[in-house]
Amino acid sequence: MLLSKKWLSEFVDVDVTPREFANTMAMTGFCVGGYECEGDAIDGVVVGKILKIERHPTISKYFVCQVDVGNGVVLQQVTAATNLVEGGYCPVCLPGGHVKGQPPIGDADFDGVKSSGMLCSLPELGLTENDFPYGIENGIFFIEEPCEVGQDIRPVLGLDDTVFDMEITANRPDGHSVIGMAREVAAAFGKSYKGHEPIVKGGAGNIEEILKVRVDAPDLCPRYTARAVKNVKIGPSPKWLRERIRAGGMRPINNIVDITNYIMMEYGQPMHAFDIRELIGKGGGAEIVVRQAGEDKTFVTLDHQERTLSPEILMICNAHEPVGLAGIMGGLQSGIKDDTTTVVFESANFYGPGLRRSGRKLGLRTDALAHYEKGIDAQMTLDAVNRCCELCELLGCAETLDGVIDIDNTGYKQRVITLDADRINQLCGTEIPKEKMVEILKSLQFDVRDDDVYVPAFRADVEGIADLAEEVIRIYGLDKVPAQLHKGGTPQGKYSPEQKFERQLVSTLLGFGFFEAITYTFISPRWYDKIRLSETSPLRRSVVISNPLGEDTSIMRTTTLPSMLETLSKNYNFRNPSARIYELGKIFIPNDDVEVLPDERVILTLGTYQAGDFYALKGVVESLVQALNLAPAVFTACRDNPTFHPGRCASISIGGKWSA
Amino acid sequence: MKGKLQELRNRALEIINNAVDLSALEQARVDLLGKKSELSGVMKQMGKLTADERRELGQMANELRSELEQQLESKKAAVAAAALELKLKSERIDVTAPGKKLPMGNQHPLHLVLDEIKEIFVGMGYEIVDGPEVEYDLYNFEMLNIPRDHPARDTQDTFYVTDNILLRTQTSPMQVRTMLKGKLPIRVIVPGRVYRSDEVDATHSPVFHQIEGLVVDKGVTLGDLKATLEVFAKRLYGDDAVVRFHPSHFPFTEPSAEMDIMCFHCHGEGCPLCKGEGWIEILGCGMVHPKVLENCGIDPEVYSGWALGMGLERVVMRKYQIDDLRLFYENDLRFLTQFN
Repeated sequence: MLLSKKWLSEFVDVDVTPREFANTMAMTGFCVGGYECEGDAIDGVVVGKILKIERHPTISKYFVCQVDVGNGVVLQQVTAATNLVEGGYCPVCLPGGHVKGQPPIGDADFDGVKSSGMLCSLPELGLTENDFPYGIENGIFFIEEPCEVGQDIRPVLGLDDTVFDMEITANRPDGHSVIGMAREVAAAFGKSYKGHEPIVKGGAGNIEEILKVRVDAPDLCPRYTARAVKNVKIGPSPKWLRERIRAGGMRPINNIVDITNYIMMEYGQPMHAFDIRELIGKGGGAEIVVRQAGEDKTFVTLDHQERTLSPEILMICNAHEPVGLAGIMGGLQSGIKDDTTTVVFESANFYGPGLRRSGRKLGLRTDALAHYEKGIDAQMTLDAVNRCCELCELLGCAETLDGVIDIDNTGYKQRVITLDADRINQLCGTEIPKEKMVEILKSLQFDVRDDDVYVPAFRADVEGIADLAEEVIRIYGLDKVPAQLHKGGTPQGKYSPEQKFERQLVSTLLGFGFFEAITYTFISPRWYDKIRLSETSPLRRSVVISNPLGEDTSIMRTTTLPSMLETLSKNYNFRNPSARIYELGKIFIPNDDVEVLPDERVILTLGTYQAGDFYALKGVVESLVQALNLAPAVFTACRDNPTFHPGRCASISIGGKWSA
Repeated sequence: MKGKLQELRNRALEIINNAVDLSALEQARVDLLGKKSELSGVMKQMGKLTADERRELGQMANELRSELEQQLESKKAAVAAAALELKLKSERIDVTAPGKKLPMGNQHPLHLVLDEIKEIFVGMGYEIVDGPEVEYDLYNFEMLNIPRDHPARDTQDTFYVTDNILLRTQTSPMQVRTMLKGKLPIRVIVPGRVYRSDEVDATHSPVFHQIEGLVVDKGVTLGDLKATLEVFAKRLYGDDAVVRFHPSHFPFTEPSAEMDIMCFHCHGEGCPLCKGEGWIEILGCGMVHPKVLENCGIDPEVYSGWALGMGLERVVMRKYQIDDLRLFYENDLRFLTQFN
């Protein structure tokens, strides 16, 4: 999750270095995978003003500009750009400075005309036309932001933000939002969290007049909230909004789309914006029906892909046909167009596991789906949709209709857990006073009254006392938990007789000069052919992996022999002059009933080449048996083993028990 | 006769004295003491003497005989010693030249380090148990608080045999198996192979090894966990190892934590080895989730426990500075013989 420091600062005041931030957050359970300040990629770039433009005296495609870079310095620069404007402000890389991904800029000479420094384009600053829609990408960027000559370019273009890559654990879907992280950051640094309650002016009619919503699959869609805006003026978002979108790792598109993406990042609530025209059926009013695909077999998504549906997939439909894959992706016809005037915002809660299955079936992953499948809080749909309308009004790009359609099947009841401070201290081996626990829980936005902890809706992961213990201890500090070795009796640590036998076996083999190999336990069924197992050999019946990486690793071996031969052959190919190798590895003998686990046995396998003949190996076996205090090994000629030389193969028995 | 004996003695002593080697000494012995020697001749002539003279001369001759025998013996010893010294001198070798080694194998590096880890835990009173690699979904996931649609299943891409049987993705199912046996208290270490459907590259393998630890008893605390793992880290990495715990999440522990070790290279300053963080993650751990205890028939109101899980390959790669996981399963002797 990409977290912008500037955005964060709207909710909590924390002024620490990125390193300190990362350390403190890691110690409360939110590791920072890395952080980046976009502006670090450029250096020595300031606002310049073009005073004069002349043609180059000899090279006709070049222009010579006099550029004021502040402090009374005027630089002469030669450029091939054609969009130059006298009096225009643009980014200038001073001599010695550098732009994104390039070595420092120096002085140059263009057929006798000196050029010092460089006028910059958007890509040279790591930006695109989406970030600054009034600029062009293949020419000099002329700044329309408020700025002064000589000023560092980074704050002017919003390149002075730091973006943290937060690693969010699976139990904290709320962490995938700026608000969620702000709450955590506030608690971690002992600061207050400045929440924001969206305020919508409304007044442009009522949504009930233009839209009906029906949810046919409440299990898959516990809550569906919608608001509408009209008189929409599609256009670029203001700079601050574009900056936030960029910091969140997305591309600014237009004001309405950017607002929905902004809400997804701020609240963690995916939003969808419908042009009301696509919701209007033949001759009727606009209607949204949330239902499973059922009879619908295919659907074309907005990326022009035809998707094959299965009946259980949840769809957003108008009265007649699907217009979107619920929570995953809109249809080809959906989306905001330049002439869109009335927009319906969907702020819905879909059942995560259901969506996850659909996504897998469709082979589709989107940001919205990623949020849903983590399991988001159904109680934020209303705030999110209100925030959406608030932003439309703030940007002046639409008027909000009064009323909210909110179909709520969550039956939500706030969870209450008794705060048993003694139990928490017992579990942690600590003596944290109850007051401290209450303080910590309150800082995490839990409500605590009379030993009852009221769990906020966005913390569905907190179910019992052990979860409260974790909340307390991670803010209190794991490092403050006193480390003490177990009290009580001294237990007996020991190796079992089998483990002792194995250790002796291994040390003996090492003494004989054998090296240990570890091979894969899954093999290719063709390896049974390689060792010439007969077609009817029971060893050919293996545990089969239903979703293997490939045929080479698709069955669990019933013999270690091919693995050893493979190891020897690889070593031979590596031109190792001789080899003595052993493996103590498992084989897997399947049970007749496939729903019963196979029999797993540990097998010792020895293999050599250029290390003596049959009798040398026989000697190893005999000495090994002696070293392990076993009854002497009896060798019997074995002429029918298809893997081995018919005249040089023996079966070995020890104490009357046969070993292959 | 006396004079003759005296003269004989002088001559004999000179002969013995002049003998330079064992064969000369043997010749001297034959000449001086043999049947045909002068001394034997003197003894033979003694019959002609009076009894008194015979006694006197006999005694003299016997004394002379034993004196010569003694002289011969000591001269022989001296000559032999000299000869030996000469021989030893000529046989001097360069003892600093390399010896002729017996072939000596070694364990696979994964097992070398695993044995070290086992040893540490056995020393702390743990038993080592082994469990099946082909495992029930029930034990690998469901009873560990990871139901069918849990997002954690995404990060552990699983090889399935049937809908209910899989190749274990973690050694944690042995927590369930051990607890289900119902023998308390529990203090076990479970090393073993685990499987995840990752394509092979320098840092991924569809087969790797984990080590699971489980303690269940009355009054087990987070403090116990910290102390045990600190001891473990110091035994494995040396007394100067510095560890820290930070909160994390695993479905089957609550609270959950990860143990980091301070980067050996930069001592916490941040360097490329630790990706600038100053700390390197070693293992995951936590207090056994009450739901898991309950699933296994243990009353969480009475008993508590902690569990740990660590990846063996990662530890071994760090220890021997191996940068490619594939080397472990290639079994090239040029690699395997480096751990001798």
